[in-house]
Amino acid sequence: MLDIRGLTASIGDKPILKGIDLTVPAGEVHAIMGPNGSGKSTLGYVLSGREDYTVTGGSATFNGADILAMEPEQRAAAGVFLAFQAPIELPGVNNANFLRTALNAIRRAHGESELDAVQFLKLARAETKRLAMPDDMLKRNVNVGFSGGEKKRNEVLQMAILRPKLAILDETDSGLDIDALKIVADGVNALRGPEFSALVITHHQRLLDHLVPNRVHVLAHGRIVRTGGPELAKELEKSGYAGLIAEAA
Amino acid sequence: MAAVTETLDTVQSVTQSGYKWGFETTIEMDFAPKGLNEDIIRLISARKEEPEWMLEWRLKAYAAWLTMTEPRWARVDHPPIDYQDLHYYAAPKKKAGPKSLDEVDPELLKMYEKLGIPLKERAILAGVDPDTVENTQIAVDAVFDSVSVATTFQATLRKAGVIFCPISEAVREHPELVKQYLGTVVPTADNFFAALNSAVFTDGSFVYIPKGVRCPMELSTYFRINARNTGQFERTLIIAAEGAHVSYLEGCTAPQRDENQLHAAVVELVALDDATIKYSTVQNWYPGDANGKGGIYNFVTKRGACRGARSKISWTQVETGSAITWKYPSCVLLGEDSVGEFYSVAVTNNHQQADTGTKMIHVGKGSRSTIISKGISAGHSNNTYRGLVKMLPSASNARNHTQCDSLLIGDQSGAHTVPYIESRNLTAKVEHEATTSKIADDQLFYCRQRGLSEEDAVGLIVNGFCKDVLKELPMEFAVEAQKLLAVSLEGSVG
Repeated sequence: MLDIRGLTASIGDKPILKGIDLTVPAGEVHAIMGPNGSGKSTLGYVLSGREDYTVTGGSATFNGADILAMEPEQRAAAGVFLAFQAPIELPGVNNANFLRTALNAIRRAHGESELDAVQFLKLARAETKRLAMPDDMLKRNVNVGFSGGEKKRNEVLQMAILRPKLAILDETDSGLDIDALKIVADGVNALRGPEFSALVITHHQRLLDHLVPNRVHVLAHGRIVRTGGPELAKELEKSGYAGLIAEAA
Repeated sequence: MAAVTETLDTVQSVTQSGYKWGFETTIEMDFAPKGLNEDIIRLISARKEEPEWMLEWRLKAYAAWLTMTEPRWARVDHPPIDYQDLHYYAAPKKKAGPKSLDEVDPELLKMYEKLGIPLKERAILAGVDPDTVENTQIAVDAVFDSVSVATTFQATLRKAGVIFCPISEAVREHPELVKQYLGTVVPTADNFFAALNSAVFTDGSFVYIPKGVRCPMELSTYFRINARNTGQFERTLIIAAEGAHVSYLEGCTAPQRDENQLHAAVVELVALDDATIKYSTVQNWYPGDANGKGGIYNFVTKRGACRGARSKISWTQVETGSAITWKYPSCVLLGEDSVGEFYSVAVTNNHQQADTGTKMIHVGKGSRSTIISKGISAGHSNNTYRGLVKMLPSASNARNHTQCDSLLIGDQSGAHTVPYIESRNLTAKVEHEATTSKIADDQLFYCRQRGLSEEDAVGLIVNGFCKDVLKELPMEFAVEAQKLLAVSLEGSVG
């Protein structure tokens, strides 16, 4: 379970998150919606430990552990995964090698044995096949020369292989066609289970048709201004955020 | 309890300088008195039981050296070197050179074992098809301070007609070959350090691959400076006759010491018609501590002559060590359609200084050269690529492609690229590409978000950056080189 209480964070002197209260029980998928600049991406970065942001107050625990006190790699080992809105290129670093190094680092942290290249490739190929991605995705350098859609799909592949307990998807659906959108939704749906939680940051209702969330939260001006069921997303699609923001201001 | 030990080990490995080859071997040594003069040169020559012509050659080089001054054009800075305050000869005490491995001091064998250099020709793979075993074997010549202590697999090589022996032995046993080639690629008075080396060189390897022979195994020389206040001046000469093929690797380490030590080597390569020489270096001399104290001054002249048509010389170097590196492995492309290659990774951390690159001198028609240089600077270090591409009037249709990439880690290090291009033939083509980049915070964060530690992330990104060069290394050494890169950059971020 992810439990966020009164979380405030700033970048430089500028406060971005102004008191977030949010609970995502184990086994649930919650959507975060809201206009540009409302703090959605910041929430993802703060939870995953990006250094550019300073937490100024409040708390965030995952399964009882204070994740804000951990290094980014410790959070990853605890099961936190961030699918980046703009995935980063690593020239010369082979995708399979990158993922195996990451997976083995996480396995080491759990006291599990490391996978050798053969064992890893077997696992990785099974996931690429399941997600209907070409095998050469694994051979290419991490995100280098990938189209926008391929980069997003690569994030989903990484998530499938690393099997996180808390996935944060930062607008993974934006800029994708319907088929790619389905891959993102399938990626999350495949991980769904009693131990898995997800925060899905999105602008669009259409992702939520394939990935039905338990709850929908609307973020505006660094606060959650409204929470509801899946029907809230449909309502926003029709009426927009204007009414809600006016209410919050 | 185990967890505590592990933590201690981790803390230790991270806080120490990361140089794991810094131990010293206690062994009885035979030193020449400190200082350099004609008598010392005579002494070296006498210890090596050299013929008169070799002594004369040395004395001529010494006379030339006396008239020369240290080069000052490189972007390196060091206090004056007192050439009279060094031992020019140091050897483990022993009657003569060891005749077989059984005669080698067990302390020495132990040291090489510690370094992971196999000196014993053990039949470890008994029962396995000897043909497949052959391919994985590596013949090693080990040079400890001033002498070669062991050369393995000599018998197997001799069967193929290959000569692989200490150069001091070659001077005695194969004088005609040594006389014919020594100093013809790097003349005795080529530069200050080459002249010094020619006067006082003590050991190194000699390789001769006869016509049409493909050397049946990788050849390797392992250099180790052990003694205090001792310069190491090795000399390597490799000749590949018509159609011959050889791959050669050198490795180097030295104990961790507070004072600087001088290393001035010369390597000469000669490739005749259709011959190929691949020369790889993993240079890991002690780089000095985090504050720049100690470390090796590495002033090296390496040059290959592609004398024959379609001959090829390929240099691959991974330079992670030394306080100062001054080194430009070069190719003189005389033969028609000859090929020169230079692949380099140079890493500097803390206060290391590297000024390294290559010279490609195109003389022959249709000669081609490729230069790929990857410089990585971290800490307070300075890393310079300095390269010359020269197209002489005779070099019709010659081509060069140069790619120089620099990677900066942190904001206190420097990367410099100094290419010189001279073309005197209108049909020759020269291309130069250069990039400079930084390991971005978002790259580090991306890796760490996936579970990698910061050090592992840097290692991965740096190895990715160097991939085009690392893939040129023989398989056995590519993995070692990757680990070495990661170790050299330990503590460079955060």
